[in-house]
Parts: sequence; structure tokens; C-alpha cells
Amino acid sequence: MTGLLELLGLGASAELLSLSGWGGNLLRGLANSLQIAFGAFGLGLVIGLFGAYGKLYGGKVTRDLLAIYTTVIRAVPELVLILILYYVGSDIINKISAAMGGGRVEINGVAAGIWVLGVVQGAYATEVLRGAIKAVPTGQIEAAKSYGMPAFMIMRRVTIPAMMSFAVPGLANLWLIATKDTALLAVVGFNELTLETRQAASSTRAYFTFFLAAGFLYLMVTLCSGAVFARVEKWARRGQPSLKGGAR
Amino acid sequence: MISLKDLMQPHRVVMMLVFAGIVIWCAIALRWDWIPKYAPLALEGLWATVWILAVSTFLGFLLAVPLGLAQAVGPWYLSIPARTFCTIIRGTPLLLQIWLLYYGLGSLFPQFPWIRSSELWPYLRQAWPYAVLALTLSYAGYEGEVMRGAFSGVAKGQLEAAKSFGMPRFTMFRRIWLPQAVRNVLPTLGGETILQLKATPLVATITVMEIYAVSSRVRADTFIVYEPLLLLALVYMGIAGVISLAFRRLEKG
Repeated sequence: MTGLLELLGLGASAELLSLSGWGGNLLRGLANSLQIAFGAFGLGLVIGLFGAYGKLYGGKVTRDLLAIYTTVIRAVPELVLILILYYVGSDIINKISAAMGGGRVEINGVAAGIWVLGVVQGAYATEVLRGAIKAVPTGQIEAAKSYGMPAFMIMRRVTIPAMMSFAVPGLANLWLIATKDTALLAVVGFNELTLETRQAASSTRAYFTFFLAAGFLYLMVTLCSGAVFARVEKWARRGQPSLKGGAR
Repeated sequence: MISLKDLMQPHRVVMMLVFAGIVIWCAIALRWDWIPKYAPLALEGLWATVWILAVSTFLGFLLAVPLGLAQAVGPWYLSIPARTFCTIIRGTPLLLQIWLLYYGLGSLFPQFPWIRSSELWPYLRQAWPYAVLALTLSYAGYEGEVMRGAFSGVAKGQLEAAKSFGMPRFTMFRRIWLPQAVRNVLPTLGGETILQLKATPLVATITVMEIYAVSSRVRADTFIVYEPLLLLALVYMGIAGVISLAFRRLEKG
């Protein structure tokens, strides 16, 4: 293995990327990134589910407020939103802590990242889930209602399973956006993969080695998630006629 | 478009009044005295943002057409590289791509004497060529995928009809294939252009002085946190609005 790498002239790169060297830092950064992406995606799904229900069945005011939320979030760059939400979040927490007689609170980077990206993801998830819920035939929901099912049970037993197959492609896209948006947190100084990479690159001056390695890690995450989501979609579409041959 | 009658519903009037109240409160209670001092810089920054956006979308689209074509109908030795390019661009964060080009190429170029002595060197020492290059490649990667769908979506019969008229291949492409493909994806392109606008602040991290960088500078100089960010968000919403209006015009015309 080492001989082969030496032969290719990559011996120095392999040494730089070894786990005891900077490679370990990169992997720690990747773990942080994935943690934030999972949390943000989950928070976004929760916000999106409430948002979609609010947009479809809510009152006039709820609907208008949600329209403002999704429009504003989708028109302003994530980087700007991240800064605004970060400052707002830390200000609110410090005000609460001051009101309860505590001092300044040091905010956990992962939690802040999840909160910030989750709010952004929520806006996109609202639109994805709204479209998916609308695609569920109304007859199914009416049938459930006529059986006297409570609203929450309808959501759990009918709407969510039936909308899954429509929602999965959009949600897969959102997950990919979430993993890539974690890189933006580098700008506010969270130690995720991109920032770790930059620190490693600038202290060793081996820019190409580290940026290419990080790109490879991101690409692996993307490709693996693609494979996972393909299976999830297959599972969500089970029992439904295949789409192949129809559209394309 | 929203009609006046839609806007005049009671709950919307109340919401607008509340909103106007918030705006007035913002205008009075927050600090805006830094604006006159930084206005010229902000205008320059705004111009830089719009310029980078326009150039990178234009060049990116020019690159996306062959990429889409190669993936849709090209032979394997063209379609595989095109697909790989799109996958890599779409699979890695843009910030990483920008830093790879700026720090990577930027540290590589000075090692070659012939580059240092070339005419291009004064430009290669600045940050904006790398910013434009990264954003162009990113837009091309995303749009290459969109154009692939667009090219394969044009009805086969039309192309066959053109062929049976004896139309040369390039004329066929120029008159029938490309216009129809572009027309079909105009709404998508509009959305993607807004996404591209939202990607432009990333180039501030490699010292390009666009509008986001100006707001960071105001924050660093004056220690005012919220006001520059709120104004910045408004500016971006304004530009996004202009883009979506322009594309709606294009779709109709």
C-alpha cells in the first residue's frame, strides 16, 4: 500500500491525511457536519410538517404569516440568515439568562448550527410537504373522517403514509442541501468539515490535498445518501404502479 | 399578480399596519446614522454583486448547454465526463469549491515563472477571477443537469420533421431544439438564478468586496449588529424580486 502510494508520488499527501495527522481532524469535522445536518433536517421536517398543515388548513392569518416566512427565507441568502438567526438566538438566550439572574451563556456550536439551519430548512420543507399532502387524494382523508378518526390519527395513519412517496424526492434534495449548507457555518467559525479543512490546509500549505480530500468526503456523503434515498423511495412507493416508461 | 382587492381584506390590512409599525419602530429605534458614510461603498458592493451574478449566470449557461447536450444525446466519451462534472459540482459545497480554486490555484500559480511574467498575472493576483470562475462552474453544473432534461424533453417528431426538410444539424439545433428546450425550463432557470444570487455572498470569504462584504465591514467598524444585516436582507429580497419579475416577463414574451 505505502509502496504504491510512493510510486504515485502521493506519499507526502498520504502522510498528511493519516488519521494521527490532519486526517483525524477532517473526520471529526465531518462528524460535526453530519450531526448538524441530521439535526437541522429533523428540525426542518418538524417545522415543515406544521407549516404545511398551517398553509393548507390554517386560518387566513396563519396562512399569510407562513407565506411571508417561506418567501423571505427563500429570497435571502443562507449566509445572511445564518448570521441574523445566530445573533437573534444568542441575544434571546442571554436576555433570558440575564432575566433569571444568570450570566452570559456560552452557546454550543452544534446546537446553534442546528437551530439556524433548521429554520432555513423548515421553509423549504413546508413547500415540499405542502405539495405532497395536496397530492394525496381527498377521498382517502374524507373516508378517514367519515369513520370518525381524530385529526392526529388521520395524519399518522392516512396522510403521512400516503404522501410519503410524493415527498421523498423533495426531501432527499433537502437533505443534500442540508449537508452542503453545513459548510456555510464555517464562515461563523463552527468547527465543521470545511473549516477544519481550511485550517489544515493553511497550516501545512497543502491546499489541493486537503480541499480535494474534503471534496471527496462530501461527495461520498452525497452519493451514499443518494443510494439510501433511492431505497427509501422504493419503500415509500411500495404497492404503487411504477413510474418508469410513463414520463421519460 | 396580487390584485388590490386581495390586499384589502381586513386581516391583511391589519397585518400591513402592524408591519408598517415595525418598520417605523425600526427607523426610529435602530441606528441608521452609518448609512451616509458607507453609501458609496455599498453602491459599489451592490454593483459588484449584480456584475458577478450576471457574468457567472451568462457564462455558466453557455457552458451548461454543451453539458446538457452531451448528457442527453452525446456519445459515452462525452456524456460520462459531463455527468461526472455535474455530480462533483452538485455533490460538494460551493464554499469548498471557491476555497479550492482561490487558495489551491492561487498557491499553485506563483510557482510557475511563465505565469508570473504573463499578461494575465495582474488579474490572477486578484480575487474576483476565482470568484467568477467558481460561480460559473457551479451554475454550469446545476444547469447542465437541468438542460439535460430539457433537451431530452423536446418532442422527437419536431426534430424528425426538421431533418426531413433537409435542415442542417446546426440550424436545427439553433432554430428548433435550443429555443424549445430553453422555453420549457425558463421557470426552473429563474429559480436557479435566484439560488445563484443567494450563492454570491460566499465570494466575500475570498476578499471580493461585494454587498455582503460591505455589510460585514460596517459591522466590524461600528459594532452595529442587526441594522446592516436587516438592510442587506432587504437588498437581496429586492434583487430576487427583480429577477423573478424579469423571468416572468421572459416567460410571457
